[in-house]
Amino acid sequence: MTTWTFFIEHRSEIAEATLSHLTLVIIAMGIAIAVAVPLGMLIVEHATLRNIALGLASIFQTIPSLALFGFLIPIPFIGGIGRRTAIVALVLYALLPILRNTYVGLTGIDPAVLEAAKAMGMTGTQILWRVRLPLALSVILAGIRTATIITIGVATIAAAIGAGGLGTFIFRGVAMVSDAVILAGAIPAALLALIADIFLGWVERRLKVV
Amino acid sequence: MMVSPAGWRCQPKMDANPAPPLQATIEFSEVTYRIAPSPAPAIVSDISLTIPHGETLILLGRSGSGKTTLLKLVNALLLPTGGQVLVQGRSTSNWDAIRLRRGIGYVIQEAGLFPHFTVAENIGLVPTLEKWDKPRITARVEELLTLVGLDPRDFADRRPHQLSGGQRQRVGVARALAADPQILLMDEPFGALDPVTRAELQREFRALALRLRKTIVFVTHDLREALLLASQIVLLQAGRIVCTAAPQEFLRFDHPEVRAFTASLDPAAGVPA
Repeated sequence: MTTWTFFIEHRSEIAEATLSHLTLVIIAMGIAIAVAVPLGMLIVEHATLRNIALGLASIFQTIPSLALFGFLIPIPFIGGIGRRTAIVALVLYALLPILRNTYVGLTGIDPAVLEAAKAMGMTGTQILWRVRLPLALSVILAGIRTATIITIGVATIAAAIGAGGLGTFIFRGVAMVSDAVILAGAIPAALLALIADIFLGWVERRLKVV
Repeated sequence: MMVSPAGWRCQPKMDANPAPPLQATIEFSEVTYRIAPSPAPAIVSDISLTIPHGETLILLGRSGSGKTTLLKLVNALLLPTGGQVLVQGRSTSNWDAIRLRRGIGYVIQEAGLFPHFTVAENIGLVPTLEKWDKPRITARVEELLTLVGLDPRDFADRRPHQLSGGQRQRVGVARALAADPQILLMDEPFGALDPVTRAELQREFRALALRLRKTIVFVTHDLREALLLASQIVLLQAGRIVCTAAPQEFLRFDHPEVRAFTASLDPAAGVPA
């Protein structure tokens, strides 16, 4: 059985898995952005919180993904078998790049610009929303882009805990020792990552302030 | 926030009898500033100085002499650790810092323009914060661009990176003047420009200053610039005032630091023939 015929025969199944994979990634990224960007804004001013948040996010990043999925299964409420556990793990993975880039973007602004803003009588809130955030946006987006690519890859492993997605084909293919089945999961996953990278890269350039 | 041990800092923020707003005087009264509990010498010590309305006072000194610190004490970017700075008769510690700063124009080297704003948005920032209506802001921006010698039709919609250094500095001056402040603070505004552009801007600024009658505090290490623009020169050395003099008297002062500065006017002085 060639890869090509497997693709043709299972096209609706592959499309379904791709869609479920994409949903998993979008939900996880949505939550990760909603958590990491405000947290990144908060840690600019709070050194203790900064060390804790960046430290924790780094630790999550170092746990091998399969192990992280395994660790989460026995935890009540967020754990168990299925999508919910997978989403929690993906969020934990996505936090660090977004958090770090938000922090770096907000703090890496020309001090002369910030001094001018303060000297002109802008309040701290005004400086954050009208100066820091717009200038940090492209750096924050670069973090979101990195996190998205990672999440698309790691989400294939989520199939191991029954979360579905393209990983289903990969695990099945490994068990069947069939390249065709593995590729049915791997190729769409790679394409998703590539498309996300190109699209977010384009948005990032649009937001960049010279 | 700083804890304020001294009694006068605990007075209510709103003065029952505010000073008349047009008398934009600045007074330093035995001002000392040091970085919190450091045992190192203060950055500025025991500064007493009165800057009457309409005067252009030049703070002259070498790098590290404390001139920028004095400037930042005026608009409460720094608060004195000893003595007080009075702006329009009220201590900067008792001013609402935001209100105080909105009434003081500030120009720095390299202008510090907002890179994500157009020239018009940069100049219109304080009026926007002060909630002026749109047509009034647009009119004010055009007026100011014309005042600093830039054609509004050509420059209003540009971004700072599309300007030359001299043009950026002109926009910086226009932005500082936007809400018609009575006080202007300028920290080596022309320091990063090439000599020809610098001389051009200095001459124009001198004419502008004479016309606008603002109270101006101007920091520089360039004696030539000081002599051209000053109505009063204050020479600083290691955080203390060496002398205060009108430009024409300054050159006659007999003090090693004054002589060091006058020698800088003539690069050939002291070089063996």
